[in-house]
Amino acid sequence: MEKRAHISGWTLPLLLILPQMAITVIFFYWPASQAIWQSFLREDAFGLASEFVGFENYVALFEQPEYYRAMGTTAIFSSLVAFFSLAVALLLATQADKNIRGGHAFKTLLIWPYAVAPAIAGVLWMFMFHPTLGTLGRPLNVMGYNWNPMLDGKDAMILLVLSATWKHVSYNFLFFLAGLQAIPKSVIEAGAIDGAGPFRRFWTIIFPLLSPTTFFLLVVTIVYVFFETFGIIDAVTGGGPAGQTTTLVYKVYADGRLGGDLGGSAAQSVILMVIVIALTAIQFRYVERKVQY
Amino acid sequence: MVENRPFAQFMAYLTLVIGVLIVAFPVYLAIMASTFDTATIINGNMPLIPGDQAGENYSRALFYGGKLAREPVAMMMANSMIMALGIAFGKILISILSAFAVVYFQFPFRKTAFWVIFITLMLPVEVRIYPTYKIVADLGLLDTYTGLIMPLIASATGTLLFRQFFMTIPDELLEASKIDGAGAFRFFKDTLLPLSVTTIAALFVIQFIYGWNQYLWPLLITTQSSMQTIVIGIKKMITTTDALTEWQIAMTTAVLAMVPPVLVVIFMQRLFVKGLVETEK
Amino acid sequence: MAGVTLDTVRKIYAGNVEAVKGVSLGIEDGSFCVLVGPSGCGKSTLLRMIAGLETISGGEVKIGDRVVNQVEPADRDIAMVFQNYALYPHMSVYDNMAYGLKNRKTPKDEIEKRVKEAARILAIESFLARKPRQLSGGQRQRVAMGRAIVRKPQVFLFDEPLSNLDAKLRVQMRVEIKRLQRALGVTSIYVTHDQVEAMTLSDKLVVMSGGQIEQVGTPSEVYRRPETRFVATFIGSPPMNILPGTVEGPGRVSVGGQSIAVTDMREGLTPGSAIEVGLRPEDVQAGGTGASTLSMDVDFVEELGATQLFHGKVAGAEFIVQASTGQLPADTRKLTLAVDPANVHLFDPQTTKRLGRV
Repeated sequence: MEKRAHISGWTLPLLLILPQMAITVIFFYWPASQAIWQSFLREDAFGLASEFVGFENYVALFEQPEYYRAMGTTAIFSSLVAFFSLAVALLLATQADKNIRGGHAFKTLLIWPYAVAPAIAGVLWMFMFHPTLGTLGRPLNVMGYNWNPMLDGKDAMILLVLSATWKHVSYNFLFFLAGLQAIPKSVIEAGAIDGAGPFRRFWTIIFPLLSPTTFFLLVVTIVYVFFETFGIIDAVTGGGPAGQTTTLVYKVYADGRLGGDLGGSAAQSVILMVIVIALTAIQFRYVERKVQY
Repeated sequence: MVENRPFAQFMAYLTLVIGVLIVAFPVYLAIMASTFDTATIINGNMPLIPGDQAGENYSRALFYGGKLAREPVAMMMANSMIMALGIAFGKILISILSAFAVVYFQFPFRKTAFWVIFITLMLPVEVRIYPTYKIVADLGLLDTYTGLIMPLIASATGTLLFRQFFMTIPDELLEASKIDGAGAFRFFKDTLLPLSVTTIAALFVIQFIYGWNQYLWPLLITTQSSMQTIVIGIKKMITTTDALTEWQIAMTTAVLAMVPPVLVVIFMQRLFVKGLVETEK
Repeated sequence: MAGVTLDTVRKIYAGNVEAVKGVSLGIEDGSFCVLVGPSGCGKSTLLRMIAGLETISGGEVKIGDRVVNQVEPADRDIAMVFQNYALYPHMSVYDNMAYGLKNRKTPKDEIEKRVKEAARILAIESFLARKPRQLSGGQRQRVAMGRAIVRKPQVFLFDEPLSNLDAKLRVQMRVEIKRLQRALGVTSIYVTHDQVEAMTLSDKLVVMSGGQIEQVGTPSEVYRRPETRFVATFIGSPPMNILPGTVEGPGRVSVGGQSIAVTDMREGLTPGSAIEVGLRPEDVQAGGTGASTLSMDVDFVEELGATQLFHGKVAGAEFIVQASTGQLPADTRKLTLAVDPANVHLFDPQTTKRLGRV
């Protein structure tokens, strides 16, 4: 897409674009290329000298059982959050899309968690499910279920999934609602005339028409779980207990900061970049194909 | 809708009410916790109706802080506010200018410039965190607002949003301005800027929330307690051993941390939705 | 005020697409010149080059005595009315009209005087405080005109200004534009693809096709004596019928074996050579008799109220005849057409140029 009319001159536009270019180069391209470069280096223990080691950092990474565990954790965490946040959001959106009184108020009451910081969301849920003093956590123990997210990796993961889902449902809800409202009423009416009941109409007409939205939200949710949930993990579990909730991003952070293994951390960063770029590329291709219809 | 049977209506209400309750409950608990003293919370039977310690908790949190860290939450909020506003305004400023350049001018390497900016869309700060940290440290920007803000405004969302909006403005408006004797600056000030008001506001809402809720970056680059943001502050209040955690102060702080962005979403809902939907496409 | 002179003006776009191929044209001071042609014929590009919105690839554009090739649009002393009006959506009607004057540092009371005056002429005084979106299409059109008028330019440029209006409003605004131009006496250049607008508005009609001028003349000259087959079929509705024929001799051609006399015929054409014979639907007399006649097979009839259009074939080619309603029964299957020799147009099948008297 291009404009037909332009303003002449090229010094002014270069000046206009300069601030953004400068910031992008200094704080984006430079560090990103540093990450790539560092992933091929090994620093000595004091950080004084470094040598080029080729793919050794990557090889070392894939020899670490912890790395595979972090991958597994990330996969489980992402799929659970994606499934629950999409399912709950779709359920709420289909109900809010029915022409009921107060629909707008419900919308407002459901979208505000988007504004809550992930770390705060984590803290809220941790408080609620605290094993000894939580309003919901304590009764679990009283009833005999041995609930303790501080000591049990499974409990910790459940808590993370709950808080991450809670925070993200609002976002998916908003997009599902917009998607539902964009479906022409006549299509649904035609379905009704063709004898499809409400349940059938949903699965055979509405859900397929929503599939672009669903796909888009799936990708966004995965990216969200990869990166933004860092705050939740750090505030709630700190990657523990015993590294059982350490995701890929958390490991980049922990290895670099606590372990001081910059080369290994950089190699992990690079792998993450590749994953995100792949996800984005898939999404763009999908969107492009949709546009051609 | 095709039909609205009473039963379907009832189910819709029921589902939505349950949804709203689940969404609200953790926050309700936090608000309740901010009205009790430590002992009431620690013994594990916190009542679900408000206590009488609210005044005490809020004034202590705001002006004194937790027992351990002793940083007034009011100061943290000020830091968060500066960071959030800095990110929001910074992003709006640099991106409206760059979008203006990319859309309305033809200059050497224009396409390249656009792609250079566009690619940043894909990579969040988390994946390049240590090298960025090192650069900010080398520039002597640790523990400064500049260091807190600058790396987070390096993203393409704003530029893309403004570009998309500018593309919907008819070419003839620029041509009419040319004939009316307006140069680049006048066209920007008299026509483009007034037309962009809603887009600017929508971007502001989204970026304010984004900035206020930042976690990893401020965690890394702020070492002095005087530079701490509120989201980081809370975490420091509760990661100590359980016995020492002042839950009522932590929860008071959590409530305070939620107030500004949640108010923004509720009162600027239309702009919020617009910003959210349009920055994503 | 000033006339406009174009001297072999060219526009070549990136990729060597030549949109305007060396157009020369003189537009007299105070006249109303209409550029008409199908979409893509280069008429809008030409207008935009005069406005300064497109760079000029070759040739010269003069406004008055001044060459304006390198002059900014704002300094050319022109005003333009756009197809979509291009009103500033965030400004009031008053500010829309005043903006160009403000940018030129016109004194405030002078601006007010001129805007009020223009508003009075265009009968939009009561809308001055409104925003464009609160106006109807016709009202927006008037504001766009007002914005041009207040500037008191040397030349008005109109880029299909009526095509966004509904049919009824279009006729009404057409009359108003003409009246206004007469009253103000400002040189006007008007681009349209609508031949009715072109015929009714222009003092000077310029028919364009493929980046070139096909013919320049008064509307009646262009209608009476089209210089090319393109002009012949473009101007006039329904379009002129073109029949294949052969030259019989001086002043005579034959169409499908039927001989007809022609008044305006080039001398020295070789007998037996192919020629194209143009007849306007309104110029042949259905059911008539005389020295020159053609026979027509009728397929169907369109009723237009006052007139009827008979569609059918003459000598194997599509043919349309216009007749007054009631003159012939609607179920007529065969017609004899009387042809007045003065109304026959001849064209060269190769060059498509008119083969009239030199």
